[in-house]
Parts: sequence; C-alpha cells; structure tokens
Amino acid sequence: MRVHLDAEKCQGHNRCYALAPELFDVDDYGQALLIVEVDVPAELHDKARLAASNCPEYAITITENG
Amino acid sequence: MTDTARYSTRIDEATGNKIIATERDGEPYDFIIGSDPDGTDIWQRVPYEADDYGPVADPSTDFDHADPAYNPTAPEVWKELREGGCPVAHSDRYGGMWVPVTDDTVTEVAYDTENFTSRAVVVGVGRPGDRSLPAPIGGAPPITSDPPFHNVARRLLLPAFAPKMIEPWEPEIQRLCQKLLDEMGEITPGESVIDAAVQYAQNIPVNVIGRMLGFPEKDEELFRQFVHDVLERINEEPGTREGEDDLGLYIQAQIDDHRANPREDLTSYLMNVELDGNKLDDAVVGGMVVLLLVAGIDTTWSAIGSSLWHLAQHPEDHQRLLDDPEVMTFALEEFLRAYAPVTMARLVAKDNDFHGCPMKKDDWVLLPFPAANRDPRKFEDSDSFIVDRAENRHAAFGLGIHRCLGSNLARLELKVAIEEFIKRFPRFELAGDTRWSVGQIRGPRELPVRILEVAD
Repeated sequence: MRVHLDAEKCQGHNRCYALAPELFDVDDYGQALLIVEVDVPAELHDKARLAASNCPEYAITITENG
Repeated sequence: MTDTARYSTRIDEATGNKIIATERDGEPYDFIIGSDPDGTDIWQRVPYEADDYGPVADPSTDFDHADPAYNPTAPEVWKELREGGCPVAHSDRYGGMWVPVTDDTVTEVAYDTENFTSRAVVVGVGRPGDRSLPAPIGGAPPITSDPPFHNVARRLLLPAFAPKMIEPWEPEIQRLCQKLLDEMGEITPGESVIDAAVQYAQNIPVNVIGRMLGFPEKDEELFRQFVHDVLERINEEPGTREGEDDLGLYIQAQIDDHRANPREDLTSYLMNVELDGNKLDDAVVGGMVVLLLVAGIDTTWSAIGSSLWHLAQHPEDHQRLLDDPEVMTFALEEFLRAYAPVTMARLVAKDNDFHGCPMKKDDWVLLPFPAANRDPRKFEDSDSFIVDRAENRHAAFGLGIHRCLGSNLARLELKVAIEEFIKRFPRFELAGDTRWSVGQIRGPRELPVRILEVAD
C-alpha cells in the first residue's frame, strides 16, 4: 500500500494526524506531513484508509498493492 | 500563492483614513480603513425598513437566518429546500442574499475565491465596499481577507493554533470544566435543574481565549455582549449596535495596556510580529483580536451546548461514551457534523451565473456548512446521529483556504467539555424549553437539564 498526500489541497484540518499518527505528522503551521509513504505495514492499512476517508479536502489518496 | 505580498500602512491626509497598501492579482491594491457611512467605496448601507425583516413564510424566496424561528428547526428547513428542488435559496433581505444548501453548491462557493470575496463574513444591513476593510477597526484578518493578503495574515496566526501548541491546554480546560461543575453546588438527582448553556458551555471558550489573549478574566461577560451584538443583532436599525463600536474601543484599550505592560501572550505576539520589516498596524492587530474573540466564543459554546442537548435526549449515545471512551474519536466528529454551529458568508465579487442564479456584485451569499453536513448525497442517513460514524468528511470547520484557524482548540474544548460533563452527570434529561441563538452561529443559549444521576 502507498499513501499520497496532496500538500496543495491540505488545509490543516488535522484529521489524519488524529486518526493515524503512525502515518502522519503536522508541521508548525498545522499542515499535514506524511511519515510513511510506501510499503505501509499491513497493520496500519485500516488506519490509512480511515485517514483518507475522513479528509474533508480529499487531499489523501491510497494506492493498494502500490 | 505568495507569502511575501507587499504590506505597508500610511495615513491619507485628506480624509484621515488609514491605508493598508497590499496587492491583489499581482497589482498594488490599497485597502482603506474607515467606516464613512456615505462613502460607497468604503461602506454601503442597504435600503432598510424594519418591517421587511418579519417572519419568513417561504424560505426558498425569502430566506432569513435571523428569523428567530430558523435556528430551532434549521435542519428541517434545509431538508425542505433540498427535497423541494431548491439547491440555492434567495432573499431580498440584506440588499439581496443567496443561500446554497447542498453539499456541492456550498463546496463550490467555499473554493471559489475569485467570484466570492470574504471581505464581509457576517451578513447584515450594511456591507463594506470593495476598497475597504469592514468596520470596526479594520476588519478581522484573515477571515475577512482574500488572496494574497489572506495567506500573509493567516500564517501569522497559524502557529499559535497548531495542534502541538493546543494539546498542552487539555489539563487547563479539564480544570476549568471541573470548576464550573463544582460551582453548580449541591445537586439532588431527579430534582435539580441546571442550565447547561448558561452555567457551563458559555463559560468555557470565553475563558480560554481571554487567557490566550491576556485579557482580564473579569471582562468575560463584556466579551459575550460584544459578540452578541456583532452576531445576533444583524437585522436591526443600522447604527444601533453599540457593541460593535465598544468592541473596537475595548480592544484598542487592551492593545494600549499591552504596550504599557508587555507580557507573554497572543496579543503581545501580534503587536511585535513583523511583516516585511514593519510591525502590524494597531488596526490590523485589533482586527485579528476581533476575529479571535468573535470566532472563538459563540461557536464553541454552541457546539458544546448542542452536543449536550443531543445527549440529554439520547441516553444510548451517552451510555456508549461512558462504556467505550475510545468512541469519542468518532463521536466528536459526529457532533461537529450533525450540529455544526457555523454558517459563514461571502459577498459576490463580480456578476456571475451560479447554476442559473443571476448573482450580482455585492449580493450576499450565505455559506451554511451545517446544511452541507446534512446532505444525503454526501452522508448516508444524514439526518441521523451515528455515534461511531467512521467515514465523516464533514465541513464543520469550513473548506478551502479559510478552514477554521481555531479548529484544534475548538475540538479540544468540545471533547473535554463533553467528557467532564458526562463523567460528573452520568444521566440527565431536558427540563423545559431550549432557547436557540439567532443568526449565523447556531446553538442553545438556554438549555435547562434535569440531573438524574451524580457521579460519586
């Protein structure tokens, strides 16, 4: 699994960091940062999908088997 | 978007107005700070007859969110409009106002900063002209700013409200909530009635933002009055809302006090921060403080009140939160979706056809994110509260560049306020009439509940 974060779309809602802190961090302005981009461990797949499906700006996408 | 938009201030000698020189679309652009009621470029009044602001019969053609009947039943109004095939309502009130109520139309307006300006975000019977920052004291950047100045102002405030700056407030907010609960005195289960809005919810955000700004705690009631005048008295005779002017004077006095007695707080930070080597004009600092006070008080208070109003009527959700505290992660977002307190507004920047609506420059556009949050095309079972709803892309904090700057603080206050209340009072029910707010911020202003059980 691969996670994509579109930094242009991110407006700092902070939903991904709250739901999946193992995969996302936030910078000093509250903008999301991706910690794990490729080869997301299997045990974090659900969290990755949860983060993607709760982003109000549709800034996170997931590529399965990518 | 550039972070280094031009920024300087000067006084126009002819009028005495302050000018903020910045840029728009890459060209130099002067904002004028002043509230000359006759100057059409600066401040326009719409034709006003008090009789035009009576009860609404048909919200599709005569929408008015300041009709006291609106907020108590708003979700039903949105549903009727959607199901009646009216995605965008209209009103002749306030000089002309459009009201999108579906997720896609609200989203489209929120993202379109070309056709819709944020120069004014609270609908009223006056509106700022296109060379002005609105009164009082120079608007409330960045919520009233468009690109590119928006980003300049926003980046000054963002770090103070970033998640890692807000998280340390949690124990402080817990203590505050516990103190408010303690102050309710002796509670007799099954008998005692308390007002969860007046005795609890309304005191939480005002205390926190007042402390962040370094304003005297004794002035909390004063802040609430200012905010009431700005947000709730929108359809009254122009010039009668003394709180608007008083707010400007009060904040200038606080800025003067901070200048005389420097201290570590958000007000001092804003007074000392530099843009292109210039400190911010007092009017801009004051505008930002207006934003933080106005946006930081009624909004969160409303969300806390609405959430407790829901729990008073849904003991099953209440019990679930007590049995399974982890569910709060999802419940919090569901409270925010179903009871989003904030409706924003825009002015039409240039004539445009919006899905068949002939929008004219300077028409108001109300932006009801709470209505978008109830759109069945976006949310399954959208009018039901689902305590563990897992997929929830709600827009309670807005969408696009104006995402609520204080969302991390609001979320923390809401979470702690609910947790502490239900921990202390494991069962409670409604006890009489809930009184709802009037205008763009929706939430209970009086919320009598009977306490059925008190934790040991």
